[in-house]
Parts: sequence; C-alpha cells; structure tokens
Amino acid sequence: MTDLAAVTGSLAAIGYGLAAIGPGIGIGLVFAAYIQATARQPESVGLTRTYLFLGFVLVEALALLGIAFGFVWAK
Amino acid sequence: MIEQLTVLAKDDLPFPPSVEDFFLPAIYPWGEANSPWVTKFTVLIWLAVAALIAFFLLAYRKPKLVPTRGQWMAESVYGFARDNVAKEIIGHEGVRFAPYLATLFSFILLTNIFGIIPFIQISPMSHIAFPAFLAIISYVLYNAAGIKKHGFWRYLKSQTMPPAPKVLYPLLIPLEFFSNLVLRPFTLALRLFANMFAGHIILLVFTLSGFVLLASDNFFIKAMSPFAWLMAIILTLFELLVAVLQAYVFTLLTAVYVQTSIATDH
Repeated sequence: MTDLAAVTGSLAAIGYGLAAIGPGIGIGLVFAAYIQATARQPESVGLTRTYLFLGFVLVEALALLGIAFGFVWAK
Repeated sequence: MIEQLTVLAKDDLPFPPSVEDFFLPAIYPWGEANSPWVTKFTVLIWLAVAALIAFFLLAYRKPKLVPTRGQWMAESVYGFARDNVAKEIIGHEGVRFAPYLATLFSFILLTNIFGIIPFIQISPMSHIAFPAFLAIISYVLYNAAGIKKHGFWRYLKSQTMPPAPKVLYPLLIPLEFFSNLVLRPFTLALRLFANMFAGHIILLVFTLSGFVLLASDNFFIKAMSPFAWLMAIILTLFELLVAVLQAYVFTLLTAVYVQTSIATDH
C-alpha cells in the first residue's frame, strides 16, 4: 500500500492546537458570563471578580496540560 | 551594526527554541552542563529570598503612622493578601493564613517578574521543581489545617463524601478523592510552571525569529525582522500581566483549598 499523504516530524503542535479548542471556548464562556453579570448588575463587579479568576484558571489548566504534555511526548 | 547582526544571525542560531534552552550552563563549576550545583536558578532563588527579606525588614524597621513609600508598598502587599484574598475567601479565620499567603504572593510575583527583567530574563518558575515545591507546601498546609480542625477521619469524610444520594457514592468517592486530594497540587504546580515556561518560549520565538528573518537573503523578508522584535516587546508587556495574574491565582487557589478543608459541614 502506498502512502497518499504523510506527515513527518512532531505532531505535538497539532495536538496542542486541538487541546486548546475546549479551553478556548470555556474561557470565552467564563468572561462572557462575567461581562453579562456586571452589565446587568454593575455593583456586583467586585463580588464576582474572584470567581471570574477562579473559573478562568480552572479552565485554563486544561490548555496548560496540553502544553506540558506536548513537550513530554514531543519526541 | 546591521552587518554585525547578520553575521551573528548566520551563526548556528538555536531556532526553533526547545526545552534545552531552559538548561543553562552552570555557574559553579563554571560552564558545566546539567550541573546539580550552583546554576542561574539557584542564584535567582537566593536573590529573591534575600530581596524579599530585606525589603520587608527595611520597610517595617521604623513603622510610622504616616507611612513612607517603602512602608506603604509593604503594607499594601500584605493588606492585599489579608483583605482581598484571606478574608474574602476564608473569612475571619483566614487572617491566620495571611502571612503565608502574603509570602507566597510576593515570592511568586518577584520570581515571575525575573522572566522579563533585562539580563535576568528567565523565571526560576519555568523549572517544574520550584512550583512543585511551593505546591507541596500549600498541599501540606491545607491538609494539616483541615486535619487539625476536623480530625483525620472526619476530614477525609468531608473531602470525599459530599451530600448526595447513597447510590452515587461508588462513583463519587473515588472522583472526589482523586480531584480533592491527588490532583490539586499537580494542577497548582503545573499551572504556574506551564505559564512561565510557555511565556519564555514565546519570547524566545519572537526574539530569535527576528534574527532568522534578518539572515534571509531576500530583502523583503529581511525587512520583516523589526516586526518580530516589536512583537517580542509587546509580548514582554503581556508577560508582565501573566506574571502578576499567576502569582495572584496561586495565592487565590491556596486560599480556596484552605477554605474547603476547614469549612464546617453544611
């Protein structure tokens, strides 16, 4: 069987690109919710900021796992 | 000037940057690769510790009612950790943890900012060992606080058995155990490490690609290299944001974990 298409080198970059889709959507949702909350209730701006960062970092962790494992399995 | 840069660029440029760029030659013994003795990171860690101790001691040597600039800075760092992190997340009990949180915040902030200070330009936190050790300290702290408050078995129960129908327990207990007692220190360390690591790689990519573009024979490609360097400058400012944010986030998550471990049953 002959190869119709082939990729050489590391696929880690493509793997990281795929891994970043989910966290990208997630971080978008987190900030969208925060903006909506502050637009509806401007006085809640300080109240929800802590939870904004909390949600942001928990989602971001997935993308960062992607970076770390991209380098771990790069070879 | 341009000639020199081109000659420099035509030398074997380390492009694209790789993990090897994080393992610098040792300071003692001089120039040795992968040395376990004194490296740039060792020096930076000691420097950070010394600078922080000196800063807080000097700022508070003669506290005045109307604070001087140094005293004001030290007070606002501690006040931030106490009021905006400890009290807000943990509540009144949290003041006990404020010294640890303030130390953690200022230490991580300083070592992160090393990543963009000219001539230092690498953060010790881009080596997994340093964030991992900070995460271990936080892990021991919040578990010890929880065990001290509830006793070992009640603490274990509060961490692994959330109020839920009994049918779900075979599924819930392993999951909660894994996420609360195993995964937390890993994500805590990995988050800080990966941010600093990726930040350094990004700066290397843009700085080095400026030289690579300059080494090109095509004039139009050569002319692109200032844009790569401009991008490197912009991303340096972005790294400042990341440095502050990650220091805050590490402190915030430590406070949240302490809060969940000492929270009384609802």
